[in-house]
Amino acid sequence: MLGLSVDRLRADMNRLLALLFHQGVLDEQFLQLQQLQDESSPNFVSEVVNIYFHESEKLLRNLRGLLVDKEFSDYKKMGIHLNQFMGSSSSIGAQRVRNVCVAFRAASEQNNRAGCLRALELLEYEYCYLKNKLHELFQIEQQRILAAGVRYPQQRQQPNNP
Amino acid sequence: MGEKRQGYHMVAVRVNEQLGTKKNFSFIHKASNLRILGCWIVLMLLISSKVYDDMNDEQKVRRKEVLVSMCDQRARMLQDQFSVSVNHVHALAILVSTFHYYKNPSAIDQETFAEYTARTAFERPLLSGVAYAQRILLSEREEFERQHGWTIRTMEKEPSPIRDEYAPVIFSQETVSYIESLDMMSGEEDRENILRARATGKAVLTSPFRLLNSHLGVVLTFPVYNSRLPLNPTVNERIEATAGYLGGAFDVESLVENLLGQLAGNQAIVVNVYDITNSSDPLIMYGHHSQDGDMSLKHVSKLDFGDPFRKHEMICRYLQKAPTSGIAIQTAVFIFLIGSLIGYMAYGAGIHIVKVEDDFNKMQELKVQAEAADVAKSQFLATVSHEIRTPMNGILGMLQLLLDTELSSTQRDYAQTAQGCGEALITLINEVLDRAKIEAGKLELEAVPFDLRSILDDVLSLFSEKSRQKGVEFTEEGHIFVQVHLAEPAKSVMDVKTETFLNGESEGIPKSCAARQFNTLSGKQAADDRSSWETFKHLDDEFLYDASSNTMNDKNVTLMVCVEDTGIGIPEQAQKRVFTPFMQADSSTSRNYGGTGIGLSISKCLVELMGGHMNFTSRPQIGSTFSFTVEFQRCEKSAVISVKKSLSDDLPTEFKGLKALVVDGKPVRAAVTRYHLKRLGIQAEAVSSIRTALALYAKYGSLISNNEKLPDMFLVEKDSWISGKEDGIMHLSNWGQNGHSYKLPKMILLATNITIAESDKAKAAGFADTVIMKPLRSSMVAACLKQVLGIGRKIQHGRNVPNGSNGLRGLLCGKKILVVDDNLVNRRVAAGALKKFGADVQCAESGQEALKWLQIPHDFDACFMDIQMPEMDGYVLNHYRNYSLVIMVFFSTFEATRLIREMESKANVQINGGFLNEGTTRKSEWHMPILAMTADVIHATLDECLKCGMDGYVSKPFQEKSLYQAVAKFFESKPVSNPEQLSESWRTE
Repeated sequence: MLGLSVDRLRADMNRLLALLFHQGVLDEQFLQLQQLQDESSPNFVSEVVNIYFHESEKLLRNLRGLLVDKEFSDYKKMGIHLNQFMGSSSSIGAQRVRNVCVAFRAASEQNNRAGCLRALELLEYEYCYLKNKLHELFQIEQQRILAAGVRYPQQRQQPNNP
Repeated sequence: MGEKRQGYHMVAVRVNEQLGTKKNFSFIHKASNLRILGCWIVLMLLISSKVYDDMNDEQKVRRKEVLVSMCDQRARMLQDQFSVSVNHVHALAILVSTFHYYKNPSAIDQETFAEYTARTAFERPLLSGVAYAQRILLSEREEFERQHGWTIRTMEKEPSPIRDEYAPVIFSQETVSYIESLDMMSGEEDRENILRARATGKAVLTSPFRLLNSHLGVVLTFPVYNSRLPLNPTVNERIEATAGYLGGAFDVESLVENLLGQLAGNQAIVVNVYDITNSSDPLIMYGHHSQDGDMSLKHVSKLDFGDPFRKHEMICRYLQKAPTSGIAIQTAVFIFLIGSLIGYMAYGAGIHIVKVEDDFNKMQELKVQAEAADVAKSQFLATVSHEIRTPMNGILGMLQLLLDTELSSTQRDYAQTAQGCGEALITLINEVLDRAKIEAGKLELEAVPFDLRSILDDVLSLFSEKSRQKGVEFTEEGHIFVQVHLAEPAKSVMDVKTETFLNGESEGIPKSCAARQFNTLSGKQAADDRSSWETFKHLDDEFLYDASSNTMNDKNVTLMVCVEDTGIGIPEQAQKRVFTPFMQADSSTSRNYGGTGIGLSISKCLVELMGGHMNFTSRPQIGSTFSFTVEFQRCEKSAVISVKKSLSDDLPTEFKGLKALVVDGKPVRAAVTRYHLKRLGIQAEAVSSIRTALALYAKYGSLISNNEKLPDMFLVEKDSWISGKEDGIMHLSNWGQNGHSYKLPKMILLATNITIAESDKAKAAGFADTVIMKPLRSSMVAACLKQVLGIGRKIQHGRNVPNGSNGLRGLLCGKKILVVDDNLVNRRVAAGALKKFGADVQCAESGQEALKWLQIPHDFDACFMDIQMPEMDGYVLNHYRNYSLVIMVFFSTFEATRLIREMESKANVQINGGFLNEGTTRKSEWHMPILAMTADVIHATLDECLKCGMDGYVSKPFQEKSLYQAVAKFFESKPVSNPEQLSESWRTE
């Protein structure tokens, strides 16, 4: 974005990240992930996260499919899915999703179908929230890169511009 | 006074300007006050009355002067005439004394006297008559009475009583013959007169009284001496010598009447003559005691009738009151009118000025308001657009989420439409925001040193996605072409070219000339003739490196940037308003191509902000060329060096001396690719087809003995590859197989967009090395080449030695590591982390794949394996049954590990068996570190890991420290085994 300074966008990003950390949506693993990003792999984080989204949606679909099935009994398969989900979530540092996964897995180990359904709802909600926030984050970052790349001069602080 | 007011006005205006909108009460405001006008008029009234008074006084003075002169004149004349008469009487007296007393007998008798006096009466017009009375003493009375035959009588015509002396009239003029024989000394006044006259010897006057003819008059008495008097006679001598008295009655009234009658203007004044011998009781001699006439002004003139005893005066006054002066009144009124008029005019002007001033203030206020409104508008736009964008992010994100869920086709259509609209909206908002920012003046420019090429790279990369979506690239059919020139040299060429172009002679330009460069690049052929690429390069070098040695001394460099495209162009009628915000060529443009029509106006704003100009040429159906000039400052030498440094940082030099062959059917594209390679120091050669490339390569192959360097890489454009697929693939794969003894060139595919199927095909065709996505960027190309050629890591390592993480980096650098994880995300993260520490990472999706990779011999130094992997499937089982290595039906991570270990031990047995005699010297055996990766670390799992032959575990979010700890014991203690050597030995085995 042309008018928005790099600093401001960075501040936006940091604010958003701070919020996500505060809410426990993300944990420090995400920061680690960010540190892995360098010149040789400039879009590493977004790449990984996109893969995560892709995989997770597949997993969520599968989970729902398993649970919706009337004569459902394959808790083991569900556990595998959940393990995967949990693994990838912890890889990108999606803490809350992971916690829900843990609960979900516990429910599935007890063959508690109602608990599983509740957990799935929750998981979907958390996942949507995460995805939304991360999308927002990447959008801001993209703008920041844009602004930094084109090297617009820094904006002076405008007192009447909130 | 008018000037003065103007001065006030100016002062007022100046003050107003200074105080801005603040209201001040200046003199002008006072001038417009009605009270001030009233005062002014009163002042004028006073002035005019003063003028009137002055003029009136002047007139009065003049009137008085006139009166004085008239009065004096009259008095003088009266005096003269009187004295003339007195002289005559004197002459008469001398006559009487001469002829009556000195002649004996007397020569005069009554008749003679009467005759003479009657005939000389014209000389005494004022005297009604003269008479001579002789001095008769008492002793002489009888003698006298007898001699004359009549007795002396008193005034009452009675016989005179006895007195000391008598003065009976003996001679008289006929007019007064009735007084003959009357004793003049019988009357009290006459007697006094006579006594005074003979004592002084001069004419003596009585006080005025009514004469017989009822006129006022005085009696004049003159003494006649009978003997010659001594020269200075005493009073007694005079009395002794007195012989008689000559008297005459003066008719003063008629005298003055006559006199006034002779003078002009006698009607204007009133003349009174008074006897003021007794000053307390002036006796009137002439005139009326009436009060008519102007009593305010009178003049008194002294009269001397020759009698020192008596005093007379003449009082003159005007008959009429002084007339009011017309001129004075006129002047006064005139002055008053003029003054009032001026006052009124000043008043009117003041009112007008105040009105104008008020209007001016009002206008200024309005102006300020308007400006504030404008600023507020821009600020509002800037703020609101930003505020709108935030929720828009949410909307778009949620729409994306919605699209990712399972939707019916209709729902998907709706959602996609909504998303498209949302994206259009956010683009619009962004652009409006940009424009608002510029308009609000919030955009400030800052001079920063920059590298032209990297900027261009950045810009290009920003739009790479868009251009990829649209399939636009550097081709002859449709392209976007960016050039930068030093403005001055380019301009001259351009002007000539533009002229011919504008004259419609563009068809006449010889093709051969154009063909030398990029012919028919765009609607503007001017670009072609400029030796574009060479100029660009030249400029680039000059600009970046020879800035100091340049002969041009001025600090500013004007660059011209041209962006050319081929496309639909801009219709002629729309060209005028291209730079107007929200204007597009026509209403269909937005529908067909998107956009809001604000971008160009923003660009123009920016360019103008940077002191440049922007213009364009366009021809419908051919294309458009937009160009702008921007003036930059040369930066300091030190800054140049720093830029250079960063440049060299950006662009690695390790490719220097390499050779490349670019295969591209399109020369423009090939030139671009070549340019990028050149920047990396790679010598590039372009050929049009794979066939040519092969021929060339073959030639090189034959020339190998001549120390000719072979190309290190082949860069093949996707189009060329596809078109020449039939024979190309064969040859390419042939290369791979019938590999000569020398190193094979790396095969690189260049593509704008590539499908998965195509990429698979490409891999099959031998482009296993890499695919470089266009548009090309030097840094990206460098990164890809690094990967392909396997260089750069060492350099990176070397450079990073002093860094903090050097331990781990040193440990892992160059190590080949297999990462096994079924979870794609985890795989990427782990691979990324390890790559960051310099390791060469290979990924495997499952235990089965891992086994495949780890077939001995392999060159992996370590294996990271996820703990929670699902079991292998049936296929894997079948596959491994052949090797009779696997007994278990199911195996998961642990099984996989066990299998690997089994393989290793088997291999070790073989090695040790085969080289038993040499084995002592070689302690190495196949034992690859296998590390478990786990997200949740449970000690029980660790135990299990160790039990099944794993060497350690790493908690999955890779902590640098724990990773180091885990890895260190394997790599530090153990010398790096040489896999190649091992494999060699294995092979020989």
